[in-house]
Amino acid sequence: MAMERAGSGRGPRSRSLVRRLRSGDEIAHLVTFLFAGSILLIVGLLLNELWVNSALARHKFGWSFFFTRVWDPVFEQFGALPFIFGTLVTSALALLIAIPVGLGAAIFLAELAPPRISDALAFLLDLLAAVPSVIYGLIGIFTVVPLLREYVEPFLKATLGFLPLFQGPVYGVGFLAAGVVLAVMIVPFIISVSREVLLAVPREQREAALALGATRWEATWKAVVPFARAGIFGSIFLALARALGETMAVTMVIGNAPQIAASLFAPGYSIAAVIANEFTEATGDLYLHALIELGLVLFLLTFVLNGLARLLILLTARRGGAHA
Amino acid sequence: MSFRRRWRKSVNAVMLSVTGISALVAVSVLFFILGYLVWHGARALNWDFFTKLPKPVGETGGGMANAIVGSAKLLLLASLVGVPVGLLGGVYLAEFGGRTVSFAVRYATDLLNGVPSIVIGIFAYTMIVLRTRHFSTIAGGLALGVMMIPIAVRSTEEFLRGVPHELREGAMALGASKWKTIATVVAPAAYRGILTAVLLALARVAGETAPLLFTAFSNRFWSPGWNQPTASLPVMIFTYAIAPYEDWHQQAWAAGLVLLGLVLATNLIARAVLSRGVSMQRS
Repeated sequence: MAMERAGSGRGPRSRSLVRRLRSGDEIAHLVTFLFAGSILLIVGLLLNELWVNSALARHKFGWSFFFTRVWDPVFEQFGALPFIFGTLVTSALALLIAIPVGLGAAIFLAELAPPRISDALAFLLDLLAAVPSVIYGLIGIFTVVPLLREYVEPFLKATLGFLPLFQGPVYGVGFLAAGVVLAVMIVPFIISVSREVLLAVPREQREAALALGATRWEATWKAVVPFARAGIFGSIFLALARALGETMAVTMVIGNAPQIAASLFAPGYSIAAVIANEFTEATGDLYLHALIELGLVLFLLTFVLNGLARLLILLTARRGGAHA
Repeated sequence: MSFRRRWRKSVNAVMLSVTGISALVAVSVLFFILGYLVWHGARALNWDFFTKLPKPVGETGGGMANAIVGSAKLLLLASLVGVPVGLLGGVYLAEFGGRTVSFAVRYATDLLNGVPSIVIGIFAYTMIVLRTRHFSTIAGGLALGVMMIPIAVRSTEEFLRGVPHELREGAMALGASKWKTIATVVAPAAYRGILTAVLLALARVAGETAPLLFTAFSNRFWSPGWNQPTASLPVMIFTYAIAPYEDWHQQAWAAGLVLLGLVLATNLIARAVLSRGVSMQRS
C-alpha cells in the first residue's frame, strides 16, 4: 500500500512526460536551467581565472606577498601591504563619517518625516546612489581636494596637529580625500537599507515605549533601533564591501603613492586603484600576475565581508525572534 | 525631577534636529553634484562635442562623438549578454527551480553582485584580451554584460513571483501548459517590472569605468567593427579629468554632464514605467 502510494505520487509526472515534452515544458525547463546554470559557470570561471592567472606571483612570494611593503616593478619585487593598508584606512575613514550621517538620516526618514516627504527624499537618495563613481571622482578632484588642501587640512593641522594622524605636508590628495569621497558615495546605501529596516519595525514597539513616557528620541533610540539592529549592521557591511572595491573615485583622489603613512594627509594607494592604474602598463608576466593576485585578494575580502554580514544578520535576527 | 525632565526634552529636541540635518545634508549632495556639473558642463557643451573626434594633444576644441558611439556599442553588447541570462535565469528561479539548484544560483548571483567592478574587468581581460592579445569592444561588452546579470536575475524573479497565483491557475485550468502559462500570462503581467529592471541594470553599467580600462581600453579615433579598442564616455571622463590640460577638464565636465543626464534620465524613465504599470495592468 505504502509503495503503491509512493508510486502513484511519482506516477502522474512520468506518465505525462511525453505530453509535457510535446507541450514544451521540459524544453522550457531545460533552456531556463541552462541560462541559470551559466551564472554558476561564470562565477566558477571567474574564480578559476583569478587563481590560475595569479599563479606566478603566488608561488614566488607566498604569504609574504601580504606583509611586504616594497612594490618595485623594475626589480620585480611585489608586496601588497601598502595597498591593503590604503584600502583599509580609506574604508574605515569612510565608515566613520558615513555611519552617523547615514543612520541619522535613516532615522529621520523612517521615524520623523511625514510619509510623503520621506518617500520623496528616499527617491532622491536612490538617484544619488545611481550616480556613476567616475562622476564622484571628477567632482572630488575639483572640489574636495582643493577644499581639503586650502582649508580643512591646515585647520586640522593647527588644532589637532599633536596627533600623528594630522601631521606632515598637506597635498589635498591622500587618504583623507579618498575617505571623504567614499563616505559621500556610501551614505545613500546605508540610508536606503536602514530606512527599509526601520520601517519594518512593528508599530507596537514604538507605541509601547511612548506609552511608558519615553520621548520621541528615547523611543526611537532605545526601542526601535535595537529592534532593527541586524538590518542596520547589514547595511553597514554592504556599504563597507562597496567601499573596499570602489575604484575610480578613489584612484582619482588618493594620490597614488604606494606608501604606508601615519598621517591622513599623506598620499596613498588602494588595491583597486593600483589595478586600475598599472594593469595596462604591466610588462612581464610576474607583474601582471601580482596585479591579478591583488584582484583575487579584493574578491576574497568582499566575499568574506558579504558572508559575514549575512551570518550576523541571521544570528541577530534569530535572537530578535527568540525575544519576541 | 523637573531638571531631568527638561534634560530629556532637550536631548530629544537636539537629536531629532541632528537626524533632520543629516537627511538634509545627504540629499543636498545630489543637488550639489547636479548643480556643479550643469554649471561647469553646460559652458563646455556644444554641438562639436556630439559630432567631432577628440583633437590631438595641444589643440583645443574637438568632441567625443567616438566615445558616445563607443558607449552605445558597449551597452548593446552588454545587453546581449546580460538580458537573456538575467531574464531566463530569473524565470528559472521563479518558475522551475528545484531547491538545491535554486539555492546555488541565488548564492552565485549574490556573490556576483558583490564582486567589485574592477575584478570583473580582470575576468574579461583574462578571458578575452589575454587570449586574443588585443583590447576590444567585445571584451568591454562582456565585462559590462556580466555586471548586468545579477540585477536582472533578482528583479525578474521578484516581479514574476509578484504575479498573483490565480492568474497561473486560471491559465492552467484552461489547459495551457506551464511554459505557455509563463509566456502568455505570467510574463506579460510582470513585463513592466522586468523592463524596469533591465533599464536600471543598463543605467548602472552605463557609468562603469573600472571594467573598461583594460578591456575596451580607449581610442582617440572611430572604432570600426567590434574587435578594436573603443573609446567610451566614462573612460574619457577619467582620462580627461586627471590630465593636466584646462581644455580637457572642460570636456570632462561636458562628458560628465551628458553621462549623468543619461543615467538619471534612464532611472526616471524606469520608475515611470513601473509606476504606470499599476494602473494600466488591465490592458
